[in-house]
Amino acid sequence: MVSCAGSASDGEHVGTIMAAAEVVVEIGGIAVLLRAADERLMPLLQSRFGTFAGSGRSPDFFFDIEVIDGSALSDPDADVSVTASGSRWLMERGDFRAEWDSQSREGRIRQTLTPYAIDSVLRIVHSLALAQEGGFLLHAASAVRNGKAFLFSGVSTAGKTTISQLAPPDVSLLTDEASYVRKSGEAYVAYGTPFAGEMGTPGVNTSGPIEALYFLGKGESNHFEEIPRPEALRMLMRNILFFAKDEELVNRVFEGACAFLDRVPARRLVFYPDQRAWDLIR
Amino acid sequence: MERKYIARSARIAARQLGDEMMIMSAVDSKFFTLNPVAATVWLAADGQTPLGEIVTQRVCQEFEVSAEEALRDAETFVNDLSQHGILLVSDQPIATNAAGYVE
Repeated sequence: MVSCAGSASDGEHVGTIMAAAEVVVEIGGIAVLLRAADERLMPLLQSRFGTFAGSGRSPDFFFDIEVIDGSALSDPDADVSVTASGSRWLMERGDFRAEWDSQSREGRIRQTLTPYAIDSVLRIVHSLALAQEGGFLLHAASAVRNGKAFLFSGVSTAGKTTISQLAPPDVSLLTDEASYVRKSGEAYVAYGTPFAGEMGTPGVNTSGPIEALYFLGKGESNHFEEIPRPEALRMLMRNILFFAKDEELVNRVFEGACAFLDRVPARRLVFYPDQRAWDLIR
Repeated sequence: MERKYIARSARIAARQLGDEMMIMSAVDSKFFTLNPVAATVWLAADGQTPLGEIVTQRVCQEFEVSAEEALRDAETFVNDLSQHGILLVSDQPIATNAAGYVE
């Protein structure tokens, strides 16, 4: 849904037109309303977020976006920084500066005309929201097969893109880059995300209960290897995407990872890069 | 010999998994894995018991290691963790909260 709302002048007040285009992006059951006076941004967001844009749900969070010229930014190459003061969060990177109040659930973003800034802000906001309830964003591909979700994690060359590209037609790819893990009662659910990696396309907007977490490694045959729990926790923590330097939330993420491994089996999936790898994943 | 007291920082998250203790710093999100000997020292770091006594009374009782070797290893380990703010070290006893951590 992209709608235009605002007030147009009439009669004597010609020239004071205030218009705002807005879109609701829903990921993992959390809806974020993005509102911008600069309508050039909306087509970029529609393209970037695909079927995740246009939710009819009532928004959980709200952001007003101001598009600025790149020269207004102090350091276009700066890395992401996330800090908190009470309920107010400040997120900065070379191409954006965002503020968000977790109590009022409202925020503002100043950014250049690119969908990548919003993409990053959404990743950060979702990671903060998920941490509060025992979930997380994971550097992993994920997919749903036979109603069950599988996560494929590992470093950049481990094979996330490869395993995603090899997926047979009955598999719904949730993402090839950033998996969305949300706690649901005592179980965990993986949701599709628009956060794309090398494949460059948003995931399927669906979800499934998580059956297993696999840490990928390429080999000459397809097989599973058991991983001791401490090693699994180490690998899981290494791949959780969490950006904030906040002691309470860091604790929650750690506890969330431990609780996740209490419920979800974690194994190493060694695979030869052809379609037979998926014979093991059912 | 100078007495050394050690206490655990409250600014961490920790979980025992099998023989190992997994610790994460809430300050810089760094992750540490303690082997069983180091975990024993960690759990005994109450701010009141000198490190030398922890080694002789706990480590040497539970593991087949000489006091001299265990103390040398323990001091290295304590120095490492103290540099990350995970453990606090003092030549005086250290006050802790009811849970045994330094706020």
